[in-house]
Amino acid sequence: MTAPPPVLDVAGVTKSYGHVQALRGVDLQVRPREVHALVGDNGAGKSTLMKIIAGAVSPDSGTIAVDGRPVTFARPADAQAAGIETVYQDLALAPTLTAGENLYLGREVLKPGLLGRLGFVDRAAMNRSAERQLSTLGAKLQSLASEVGSLSGGQKQAVAVARASLWGSALIMLDEPTAALGVSQTEFVLKLVEQLRDERGLSVLLISHSMPDVFRVADRVTVLRLGQTVLTEEISALSTNDLIAAMTGAGIPAGGPTT
Amino acid sequence: MSTITRPGVKAGPSLTARLLASQRFSNLTIFGLLVAIIVFFTVVTPSGTFFSNYNLTSIALAGSQLLILSAGVTFLLIAAGLDLSVGAVVVFSSVLAAKLMLGLTSGLAGTAQGGAELWLPILAGVGAGVVTGAAWGLVNGMLVVKSKIPSFIVTLATSTIILGLAQVWTGGMNVSGVPQALTDAFGMGTLLGVPWPVVTAAAVTGLLWVVLARTRFGLRTYAIGANPEAARRAGINVDRHLLAIYCMVGLLAGLVGMIDISRFSTASVSGYANIALQSITAVIIGGTSLWGGRGKMSGTVVGAFIPATLTSGFVIMNLQPFWQNVAVGCVLIFAVFVDQYRRRAMNVT
Repeated sequence: MTAPPPVLDVAGVTKSYGHVQALRGVDLQVRPREVHALVGDNGAGKSTLMKIIAGAVSPDSGTIAVDGRPVTFARPADAQAAGIETVYQDLALAPTLTAGENLYLGREVLKPGLLGRLGFVDRAAMNRSAERQLSTLGAKLQSLASEVGSLSGGQKQAVAVARASLWGSALIMLDEPTAALGVSQTEFVLKLVEQLRDERGLSVLLISHSMPDVFRVADRVTVLRLGQTVLTEEISALSTNDLIAAMTGAGIPAGGPTT
Repeated sequence: MSTITRPGVKAGPSLTARLLASQRFSNLTIFGLLVAIIVFFTVVTPSGTFFSNYNLTSIALAGSQLLILSAGVTFLLIAAGLDLSVGAVVVFSSVLAAKLMLGLTSGLAGTAQGGAELWLPILAGVGAGVVTGAAWGLVNGMLVVKSKIPSFIVTLATSTIILGLAQVWTGGMNVSGVPQALTDAFGMGTLLGVPWPVVTAAAVTGLLWVVLARTRFGLRTYAIGANPEAARRAGINVDRHLLAIYCMVGLLAGLVGMIDISRFSTASVSGYANIALQSITAVIIGGTSLWGGRGKMSGTVVGAFIPATLTSGFVIMNLQPFWQNVAVGCVLIFAVFVDQYRRRAMNVT
């Protein structure tokens, strides 16, 4: 029996900005159909690693493979072509456009035939698809015609996630998706994350500061500290204290006393 | 699929708030305002003077140039840009076209009468005028996109540069003597009873209406105005898109210049000092957001005809037509108030 290759395999990646070594050898493996949390204290290198996986920054050394195939990302479009979509913390949505228009922004559906060649867009098709995508994720909008800017924070996040899941075929990377949300909206977004895995069969890399979120949805977790991978483990084998210890380097043994 | 609780369903805002916040409401208000103005003047003026074929045609003729410019400016405002230089471009293109026509026809006999041999110089002048307008638009766009200076400042500067160049070229004098044939055929000419300038304005506006409402170019214009960073991340070439819009606005300004010299046989150096602000006013009255991302061509059409309609009505009522300025200013404040209210209502999440 051979296990399928990891959806994303980052090995020995380093990156320096001048004298600052942001990443000093990061390993990260995301398996198929798993929610993988990436945690670490401020300055641990999470955002640098995220930018590298999104293709916005090139690593100094190390390798990246998607579905077992080695890849090099020179620009974000390369990462997208490999099936990786990123949902940024400051949502990359156009607030005065509808959900359907946002889902297809930059990749608009054109009408068939001559009208399409003249650049006419097929809003009905985009709306239908948006409705389908959102309902797969368990989110329903009251009106598909309303501007995205008028939706709640959780619904906006749902539109952004739906957009990513429409185009991403391998991995959806979510950057602090619940940072600005209240309790019920957070729960709503975490369900979206589960739906991505369970209904869409995608892998999710969840970058988060929130320990409750990580324990709530993640299957496995990777901890970065000072630009290095210090821990990758099944979430069920860990306690909050273990995670915090790994993040801070406090060296508290699992289950050990806390001060 | 499992059942999912749906948070974020808040108690709806009040009816007035929702009414003010809806795009359809503001479009209807402004359209209703134009209808009210027309009904008012029809009632208070001697029967048949305001709502006559003749008077409506002259209103359409008076508003046609403003409408063409405003149709282009609608794209620009939706994309969160501004162009204060359109009046200067109108003047520059008019002067260039008139000078070119004069130069090319100076050797020909019977210039004032018009003849077949005049059409080459006329077409050359018109073509050069329109292309020059587009070229100035390209200059504006390049400066805005490359320098990152706000479009307000860039086009304020180019507006004085372009007008200054036209003034230097002409010594500040109007250029008269545009071939009569152009005026006869186009400026004063009609198609099925409708003046050619009105036909042109209707065709241009109709085309741009479809482009804005139905095509990818239009949709991306809204997206760029709403969130340029989102558009960029979605792979849209924002700079190139903005460049195309500035270029189009310049081209339309050139076209308006050609309509102007064909109507009045003269390239006017001082006639277009206010048209840039008038076009922005018309577009905003029509419900397009000053902050970009939102707007409709239907509103612009109404907004562009309110000044001409008011002027005509005041003239027939024997009032000073300058009251039009007062009224338009009041409507502008109301339109921006509604726009601001809508933005605030939307940002509360």
